[in-house]
Amino acid sequence: MSAERLSDTRITRCFARLAERKSKAFVAFLTGGDPNFETSQQLICGLPAAGVDLIEIGIPFSDPMADGPAIQASSQRALRNGMTLAKTLDLVRIFRQTDNDTPIVLMGYYNPIYRYGADRFVQECVTAGADGLIIVDLPPEEDAELCEPALTAGLHWIRLVTPSTDDSRIDAVLHNVSGFVYYISVLGVTGTRLAMADHVEQAVERLRQYTDLPIAVGFGIKTPEHARSVAEHADGIVIGSAIVDLVKLNLDDQGHPKEALVSEVHEFVRQIAAGVSNG
Amino acid sequence: MSSIDKSVTDSYRSGPDETGHFGIYGGRFVAETLMPLILNVEKSYRAACQDPNFQNEFDYYAEHYIGRPSPLYHAARLSEHLGGPKIYFKRDELNHTGAHKINNTLGQILLARRMKKTRIIAETGAGQHGVATATVCALFDLPCVVYMGETDIERQAPNVFRMKLLGAEVVPVTSGTGTLKDAMNEALRDWVANVDTTFYIIGTVAGPHPYPEMVRNFQSVIGNETREQILAAENRLPDCLVACIGGGSNAMGLFHPFLDHSDIRIIGVEAAGLGIDTGKHAASITGGQPGVLHGNRTFLLQTDDGQIIDAHSISAGLDYPGIGPEHSWLHETGRVEYVSITDHEALEAFQLCCQTEGIIPALEPAHALAHVMKIAGEFDQDQILVMNMCGRGDKDVFSVAEALGQQI
Ligand SMILES: Cc1ncc(COP(=O)(O)O)c(C=O)c1O
Repeated sequence: MSAERLSDTRITRCFARLAERKSKAFVAFLTGGDPNFETSQQLICGLPAAGVDLIEIGIPFSDPMADGPAIQASSQRALRNGMTLAKTLDLVRIFRQTDNDTPIVLMGYYNPIYRYGADRFVQECVTAGADGLIIVDLPPEEDAELCEPALTAGLHWIRLVTPSTDDSRIDAVLHNVSGFVYYISVLGVTGTRLAMADHVEQAVERLRQYTDLPIAVGFGIKTPEHARSVAEHADGIVIGSAIVDLVKLNLDDQGHPKEALVSEVHEFVRQIAAGVSNG
Repeated sequence: MSSIDKSVTDSYRSGPDETGHFGIYGGRFVAETLMPLILNVEKSYRAACQDPNFQNEFDYYAEHYIGRPSPLYHAARLSEHLGGPKIYFKRDELNHTGAHKINNTLGQILLARRMKKTRIIAETGAGQHGVATATVCALFDLPCVVYMGETDIERQAPNVFRMKLLGAEVVPVTSGTGTLKDAMNEALRDWVANVDTTFYIIGTVAGPHPYPEMVRNFQSVIGNETREQILAAENRLPDCLVACIGGGSNAMGLFHPFLDHSDIRIIGVEAAGLGIDTGKHAASITGGQPGVLHGNRTFLLQTDDGQIIDAHSISAGLDYPGIGPEHSWLHETGRVEYVSITDHEALEAFQLCCQTEGIIPALEPAHALAHVMKIAGEFDQDQILVMNMCGRGDKDVFSVAEALGQQI
């Protein structure tokens, strides 16, 4: 039932549109509320015009164990400025007032959601206009917690597949997944190592034997050239740390955003987008 | 269902279930990058448990290297002073390296060797687990990297130096708030990036399944010895068990063999820091709510938004914002009582122990002792109470002097 409902969504339409144009998806990650709510709202609302096809908004968490220094720091900045899970949902609501097409995936860790209440959270995701969830610390073994309620409510569940996901695990990992598959191209945490294009090619080929879903590749992509070379072998690329680092570069000594922050980030995003669509 | 089946399912000792849950607590809440690793640890641990050589090897080093069994000592002067039950100390402070932590690091490094791992990582708060890990790494000639919060490195300089003497690399952790929880995050990050070579030795009964179960089993040497020793000394089991709780490993180790003796009162003592209502404490059960961190569901110190709050305690070893999931379950079922003791009360107990028994306890078991002082009056003189003296106080003399306003 849910599978049917999930066959025509903002995410499936997005990938279908891109496939028709023989183009690749550019997925951009930003931490919600980084460096503060207002700036974050401007950053996120400007992403589609800068060429982003799908937006991932990170729900800040005090202990982001799968993230590297860049995203850890962005989470801390957001939390210091009062960001919460409820306000992350507000960001989605505000975005949806002017954009009803660009898919939004919320990415985060389970504890804030568990405190909020899993059922209440998925309901509010739906009404706010989010399309899918990536919850890093909920493996298939814990699907009853949030994945199943999310599917029932009509949200996509997207999981990370990694180089250490061997053949014995891949079916379990892909179970319940829809929308797209997120392949992590390096072992380790976000942002620290470079993804190698030839590794990506092999890994994506292997994954295609197991799934017909679009495959987006992320972790360690930093430049337009890099984005282009990875995009050649996949259906989309994800960039997070490099964007979030640019947010940090555009803060003054007190941690306040500089005048040019939003335009600098959008300019970088535009360059990546150009790289991806030239791929 | 046969009566044997029933007694198994009715047992407090049968957890965790196959998926690593104690009731709703525990589990495997980790990123997919970690999943193959912890499944592999579990598989290797199960195989090791089937192999008598593994237990033999553990027993050999426990006896000849750690110095086990540790004595079960009747603290006669203290018992008399308090006028309550007959108090015994399980003296794990006499272990090599001065605490119970080495029981667990020995077990885990033997497992790492069986798995042919060539590099060991660990997190540490007070530095006790770091020292115990660095020690067994020196013994077995394995490189050792210990993650330690920047704040803790400043507070625990002597242990940092000990680890270095033992050949370990101590990596300062600045992320988050630079304390134990962040050190654990950083160790997990290291692990996912070094999948093939590295074994992560977790220092308490926390982390994803199978760690809470595995660490408990290694530490159960404490309770199993206590059982034999008290039967030898008194020809009966104790009436009460008391242990302090940081993550809860020394407590689980003492409690576990006794859980099904329902007439034994069992008490876990958390650190109340400056007082529960000040918010500056480390009492996850008394002052926290269930949540998910470091791979398991358990009681955590957290905000309404689910952000983890730093713990506070005069005892660096109790300074953890969570607690092992099995304790959360034992709390929920009511089998174990969880109470808390302030910095101030622990300091009083610390001094009393020095003066009446000539034992300088670590600040962690001083919390357990402070609670023993509180409840002594509830017992008759022919009743028996066992307290886990899980660490010695050499490491704490500086913080105690400071707290007492004395210069050394
Ligand atoms: C002597 C001592 N006792 C207790 C603890 C707390 O750990 P656990 O609750 O796992 O026994 C520590 C931790 O460093 C310790 O050093």
